Amino acid sequence: MDKRTANAIALGLLWASAIVTVAVLFAVIVYVFINGIGQLSLEFIFTWPHGVNAEGGVWPTIVSTLYVTLLAMLIVTPVAILAAVYLAEYAVQGRLVGAIRFAADSLASVPSIVMGLFGLALFVEGMGIGFSMLSAAMALAFLMLPIVMRATEEAIRSVPKYIRWGSYGLGATKWQTVRRSVLPAAMPRIITGIILATGRAVGETAVVIYTMGQAINLPLSPFDSGRPMTVHLYMLAMEGINLPAAYGTALLLMIMILVFNLGARYILRRSKRRM
Amino acid sequence: MTTESQDMQEQAAEEDRARLSEYGALRKGQTGELRLMSRSTYFREAALKNLFLLCAFVAVMGVLLIIAFVGVRGYPIFGLEGFFGFLAGREWNPTDEIFGILPLVYGSFVVMAGALVIGTPLAVGTAIFLSEIASPRIRSVVRPAVELLAGIPSVIYGFFGLMILRPIIGRLTDGLGFGAVTAWLILAIMIVPTIATLAEDALRSIPNGIREASYAMGATTWQTIRKVLVPAAGIGIIDAIILGMGRAIGETMAVLMVVGNAPIFPASVSDPIATLTTQIVMDMPYAAGDHRTALFGMAIVLFVISMFLVAMVRFLSRFQTRLDGR
Repeated sequence: MDKRTANAIALGLLWASAIVTVAVLFAVIVYVFINGIGQLSLEFIFTWPHGVNAEGGVWPTIVSTLYVTLLAMLIVTPVAILAAVYLAEYAVQGRLVGAIRFAADSLASVPSIVMGLFGLALFVEGMGIGFSMLSAAMALAFLMLPIVMRATEEAIRSVPKYIRWGSYGLGATKWQTVRRSVLPAAMPRIITGIILATGRAVGETAVVIYTMGQAINLPLSPFDSGRPMTVHLYMLAMEGINLPAAYGTALLLMIMILVFNLGARYILRRSKRRM
Repeated sequence: MTTESQDMQEQAAEEDRARLSEYGALRKGQTGELRLMSRSTYFREAALKNLFLLCAFVAVMGVLLIIAFVGVRGYPIFGLEGFFGFLAGREWNPTDEIFGILPLVYGSFVVMAGALVIGTPLAVGTAIFLSEIASPRIRSVVRPAVELLAGIPSVIYGFFGLMILRPIIGRLTDGLGFGAVTAWLILAIMIVPTIATLAEDALRSIPNGIREASYAMGATTWQTIRKVLVPAAGIGIIDAIILGMGRAIGETMAVLMVVGNAPIFPASVSDPIATLTTQIVMDMPYAAGDHRTALFGMAIVLFVISMFLVAMVRFLSRFQTRLDGR
């Protein structure tokens, strides 16, 4: 075959694969939007589900999802940022750092169902916290830890060296340099990482189902149980009786994810322009 | 002349370094961090450093805790059924207390393999498109789309598969559409972002000079991609596929909603099957005693597989560094 013909065919196929990928994304989003938009109303968002088929709204599941996500974010953020500070600024390459990196990579690829059973064994039953926001948040924190750690480490490493030299030149200690110069410069990208990890937590199902429980409940204290939106959607979809509510829940979930992703993107782009 | 002045400069630098190290201010190979400080500052700095190390160690602790808590709960099943009795047992029948997970392992691998066969070309094609063909403008649309694909919750993919793909597959195969084929299609899409972003990174890290050399010899874009760029990014792309494999094996909710959940060896790929992950979710609500232990045993198997894949990626990356260094 002529090399130009081969080239044209191959490039066509590469274009096709990219188009298919984007098309599938749009198909999923459009499908959920079209079917869910009719269900969406203030009443659906702000009232409780009732009856055997969960007629009515989804308010407690929204609160449960936001509650547990926020709690997980509060738990994971300080630990992940300081861990990344250690890896990027203090660590000397060696066996210990190798072990930490391997552990972070492993945590990142632990199947979510394993993380769920782990949360059940350690937090719910082992520590006796029971099905609760706190148990679920701690299990989710382990899931988010490697994501935030990696984003923060990359952000810190992208801060130019001369910023540190300037700070040292003024007589600052290492911690003063990190806190006053390096972290502020890296902050937009760190926040982006946290938001993306939080988006992962919002969409997580298998972890929370075994740590938060499934009972519909409006959580007030961290020790209350609840049912997140993902589990609610799963149950409605599998029962298949009240599909409109399932579509509505799916759409709300999708909107949350879109807001998280676009928000992270916006922060990143704004910080790039300022640099 | 030039060598002489270089020598002099080096000598001066050496003297500077010697003078500084006399004060303990600068050790060899260290950047210019503050070394002279009061004792209280020194202790505070050291304490903070150790606190950060402790935070970094939380990741290690997490892995150890998973091994400990999932391991302790699941380990007894290996004694109860025997190592091979559990892993290679052909029957999963909790009511009669027979716990052989071979059908589930088989299900997991069938689902993973099919998803890889469909998803890998799509993902690697998208990666090549993004790094070699797309203009910046098109890239700025496709790349966020791929990232967004990774952000969509698996339960929504499962819902989409259940409502849209399952009826179509069912009509094509004269069945209900619950089975491996539907799971393949859904999982193929879910592993695209994992593989595509990592493979694109591998392609982009190839120096531009290599591309230019290939074009200068009269190669077309496709010849450059196939004979130069893909081999050069080889191990990076393989790493990406291995991590996609991990994602496919570990995926739970999306698969659960479309495979039909029958823990048997299926007669065809469009018949209901079950995987390790889906069987855990199906049985967990009512499992007790040895049955529950068996489910935790399956979690051990999943964890070991995911650790193995991560270790393989690290091994390959180290291998690559050694190749590059040669």
